[in-house]
Amino acid sequence: MLHDMKHDDIVGDYQEITLNLFGNLTRKILYTQIETPYPDGKLIVSTTDPNGVITHVNQAFIEMSGYTKDELLNTPHSILRHPDMPPAAFKDLWDTIQKGNKWQGFVKNLRKDGGYYWVKATVIPNVRNGKVTGYTSVRRKPSRTKVEECIKLYPTLF
Amino acid sequence: MSNLFTISPDFSPDHISGWYIFNTWLQKQTGEAIHLEMYNDFHSQREAIKSDKVDLIYANPFDAAMLVREKGFLPLVKPLGRADEAIIAVNAENTVEDVAHLLPGIRVAVTDDPDVHLMGMIMLEPGDLDANNVNINVCDTYVLVAKHLLRGDADVGIFLAEAYDNLSNMIKSQLKILVRSQISVIHHSLMIGPKLVEKRDKFQSLLVDMSNDAKGKGVLEGLGIDAWVGIEDEEMEFMIDLMDTLNT
Repeated sequence: MLHDMKHDDIVGDYQEITLNLFGNLTRKILYTQIETPYPDGKLIVSTTDPNGVITHVNQAFIEMSGYTKDELLNTPHSILRHPDMPPAAFKDLWDTIQKGNKWQGFVKNLRKDGGYYWVKATVIPNVRNGKVTGYTSVRRKPSRTKVEECIKLYPTLF
Repeated sequence: MSNLFTISPDFSPDHISGWYIFNTWLQKQTGEAIHLEMYNDFHSQREAIKSDKVDLIYANPFDAAMLVREKGFLPLVKPLGRADEAIIAVNAENTVEDVAHLLPGIRVAVTDDPDVHLMGMIMLEPGDLDANNVNINVCDTYVLVAKHLLRGDADVGIFLAEAYDNLSNMIKSQLKILVRSQISVIHHSLMIGPKLVEKRDKFQSLLVDMSNDAKGKGVLEGLGIDAWVGIEDEEMEFMIDLMDTLNT
């Protein structure tokens, strides 16, 4: 279940927007301009079912997102969706992985406290006995140069 | 006919005799004839796997996908509490404190240990570094990687964290860690091939119980392992998927 963000959870000055998400969901987003740096040496790992609902998260995911494990499990992965990310990026992601291919890109993720963090994400289909049973997403620390390129590029894709 | 057992060539030299003793233990316990073959490098080990010579393997995680998906191997056990982690280190006198400040053209000393190499290169990415803009120098051992850093023949070294931690204090005092990975889920695995796969449950339960027996515990000590932990198929598939995402 995906809930609207709560004012009490937000740290710092914030803006408000309502996002349309995959699966005809809408969510009220409260977001700040505070960046959390990606921690050195860690990978953020999650798996979802074929509909993008979270089935597994690792500790780094919990720490960087700011949510508890219980808040994340059985929730759409779009809980991380930041309004600065162009919908075209996620359409490309879904088109790619639903064809059984690997997707890679730079993503600005939203935290529970309204802040954000940049990642280099790779998503692959989990194929078991010839059937896609879900998707695994692994995020690693991005290069700052690539992030700067995305900061310029993404606003042009809306 | 004898079965062939082989060990990932990145094993610690201190444990060579331990693996031979383990093989003797395994033969006695399972009643199977098993010949232990040590390959000098990953290339010759992979050639043996490709020509279906291998029946049991203590495999590097990098090779797990090929073993499971192309050769029909299944996981048995992994060492308790021992994940593969990598370290990026430089000479202690190097003024660089962050990987992001390393520059293209640097000389990187590595071994041919494939999962550590992969993790290390990922940790260099935040500095916009990749195989196309660094000079890779492949060394036979992690001690030689350290020596290249001390001599100034290399700017950066990629180490298996365990190998780095086991370097002498004198060497470590002259090095500086920039990043230590904290991935936790990448590990070596003992795996069983198609010829023996019907005996998988028997092998797995013997191995999992090994640390409960005084003699078995002694054999494990010779490998530097506290106990074996069983691996479920899905856990192995998860690690293979993870390695697949990293190998991009």
